[in-house]
Amino acid sequence: LLIHSSFPQFFIRSTKMQATKTRAAQRAPVRASRTTAVRCVAKGFTTVEKQNPYAEELRRNAAYIAQRGKGILASDESNATTGKRLASVGVENTEDNRRAWRELLYTAPGLGQYISGAIMFDETLYQKTRDGRQFVDVLLAQGIYPGIKVDTGLQVLPGGRGETATQGLDGLVDRAKAYKAQGARFAKWRAVIKIGSDGCPTTTAIHENAHGLARYAQICQEAGLVPIVEPEVTLGPGDYSIEETAYWSERVYSHVFRMLNEYEVMLEGILLKPNMILPGLDAPVASPKDVAKYTVRTMRRAIPPSVPGIHFLSGGMSEEESTTNLQALNEEYPLAPWSLTFSYGRALQSTTLKTWAGKPENWDAAQKILVALAKANSEAQRGAYKGPHPVPGGGRILQALRTGGSGK
Amino acid sequence: STVLAHSLSRIVKMAFALKTACPTVAAKASRKTAVVCRAGKYDEELVKTAKTIATPGRGILAMDESNATCGKRLDSIGVENTEDNRRAYRELLLSAPGLGKYVSGAILFEETLFQNTKSGKSMVAVLNEQGIVPGIKVDKGLAPLANSNGEQWCMGLDGLDKRSAEYYKAGARFAKWRSVVSIPSGPSTIAVRDCAYGLARYAAISQAAGLVPIVEPEVLLDGDHDINRTLEVAEAVWAETFKYLADNKVLFEGILLKPAMVTPGAECPNRASPTQVADYTLKLLRRRVPPAVPGIMFLSGGQSELEATLNLNEMNKSPNPWHVSFSYARALQNSVLKTWQGKPENVGKAQEALLKRAKANSDAQLGKYDPATEGSTEAAKSLYEKGYKY
Repeated sequence: LLIHSSFPQFFIRSTKMQATKTRAAQRAPVRASRTTAVRCVAKGFTTVEKQNPYAEELRRNAAYIAQRGKGILASDESNATTGKRLASVGVENTEDNRRAWRELLYTAPGLGQYISGAIMFDETLYQKTRDGRQFVDVLLAQGIYPGIKVDTGLQVLPGGRGETATQGLDGLVDRAKAYKAQGARFAKWRAVIKIGSDGCPTTTAIHENAHGLARYAQICQEAGLVPIVEPEVTLGPGDYSIEETAYWSERVYSHVFRMLNEYEVMLEGILLKPNMILPGLDAPVASPKDVAKYTVRTMRRAIPPSVPGIHFLSGGMSEEESTTNLQALNEEYPLAPWSLTFSYGRALQSTTLKTWAGKPENWDAAQKILVALAKANSEAQRGAYKGPHPVPGGGRILQALRTGGSGK
Repeated sequence: STVLAHSLSRIVKMAFALKTACPTVAAKASRKTAVVCRAGKYDEELVKTAKTIATPGRGILAMDESNATCGKRLDSIGVENTEDNRRAYRELLLSAPGLGKYVSGAILFEETLFQNTKSGKSMVAVLNEQGIVPGIKVDKGLAPLANSNGEQWCMGLDGLDKRSAEYYKAGARFAKWRSVVSIPSGPSTIAVRDCAYGLARYAAISQAAGLVPIVEPEVLLDGDHDINRTLEVAEAVWAETFKYLADNKVLFEGILLKPAMVTPGAECPNRASPTQVADYTLKLLRRRVPPAVPGIMFLSGGQSELEATLNLNEMNKSPNPWHVSFSYARALQNSVLKTWQGKPENVGKAQEALLKRAKANSDAQLGKYDPATEGSTEAAKSLYEKGYKY
């Protein structure tokens, strides 16, 4: 059957027409001629609802986590990073100490009023309280959905600029299914984009990180986990301006979303975890009003309304800064179509950890601080935070860039 | 030496800031990467114009038919296609008393932008007095796209910067460019890409000349595909369009969109209710349109006047992050033409017909449209033409 371009109907393979018009064309062999006729095939263009049995569940879970007045507790530090945190308060990095620290967080009474999800590290997802209850059950009893970090760390990209790619796609679908069976409802993968120094970010770094996020998101949705998509334009050294951060963030999110679209990721079933728009570390700290203005502008330009929640990372902001900035965001755009909320690690844990310092007699006080911080941020999400902050003042809480393989 | 470099770069930075006086920061000369400086001279004006067009209760009257197409309209009521008759018809539309209450912008064809009414007043002046922003169609029409499935691409980039500057001088403040995508033809990847690419380049050039670009990748009604297929294709087309808009650094707060509603194809046996159309269309918009875009002005594309109004009304039943309104040609003009019949004594009645349709769509924009107010069955007639040439 010689195929002419003047009869496009015979070989357009669309999902609808395939059954009716093209079966004859499919069975007949294409006769090779000197000039091979072009088979014009319709591009895929399918929506995820067609083939994903978890579509409704993903939508529901994402909506739950992104509900107004709540945010996420990020507690997914790897064993090595957790060890560094514990060491800072003189606690040894053992499995039991890591377990105890997370138990403190997850059993804090009333935490579930302000927290809708908790991100865990692999080890933690399978751990229990001292009296034998599974962490996932403890969390669910509080109305907190368990989440799981699934990336296996950053790797430095060639080029000498210190840019990174995130690893973790190998075997991800099986791991995701296992995590879901254990009780996880959402997942998280952190991509890092560096700006402010020579040539950064390169197109390679942007493409690589956007691609990784999109493939991870697609695989998670396939396995029934809501993916948190985290393209962190990291707060780093340099006096680059807030405008510059805004510019690069827009570029990065544009690439992330075009990749998500290409991989047919259902946007109603993801959550976004971006950075707030801040100037470089060596530039003067921006006021909450400025942070709000640029962050809201960037989100309005880049994030489609289908995404139910934008959970900002704290990324080095002090505990108070994290709350006052979030409050300013919600004052700036009270009718936002997505929830402007938080997914805080350091901004919820830093003082909590210092209060505990590994001592049982400090357990209750530490839990109280955690819940007070969560409450302040919950109020900020509603645009109702008035202060005073549970932990006023306080400087930036920075950490070195974590690179290396799994578990580092 | 680092202190010196730092001071030098700070001086350079200040110099840049003084020189350009633009709201964003210029490149730091000491760093190898140049950072964007939106030297957008018209940025504030673009945002203001877009917001004005996107005001509640108002939409766009599309009357930019080419001379040939306008001729077809006139022909349908037995009127000869002369410049004077085209002028008379456009004058009838633009001077309908109180039109500006329901219409915030009017898209003109080039000829009309430079025309005067019978009494010698410019069409642009008439529009400005009515509180209606003048717009101009700037594309040069569709041509066959090589190596595609009989698909088309939209021409008009050559010399667009100069033409746009002329149009701005003549009083236009927004522009329009219509690309098409055909579902029965695939669509093919190259057709979708060219559609998006052309729109993005046109949008960037328009903004540089002070014209708010209406971005219109029309997914044609032609075909027997169902509403799910339309959604799939529309999602892909808008993803591609926003990709290229972002790459061309188009200011999203200074554009308007003109999408087709998500409906089944014209020849699909399964029809869709207004609720279904609203559902699917809002899903598309929420998945693809960032809130920074101030207005989404739907095309009617062959729907009947009534359908176009009902569907718009359904979409405005609850608040949206963007203004969701109309940019109708056939769905506003059909009854007008039939009433006018080319006779001067019918001008008043014809203008009433226009105001009636404009008000209905204004109500629909506010989610308040009451179909019981429709008297005639003319409004319910389908305006679909297979293979329609704009």
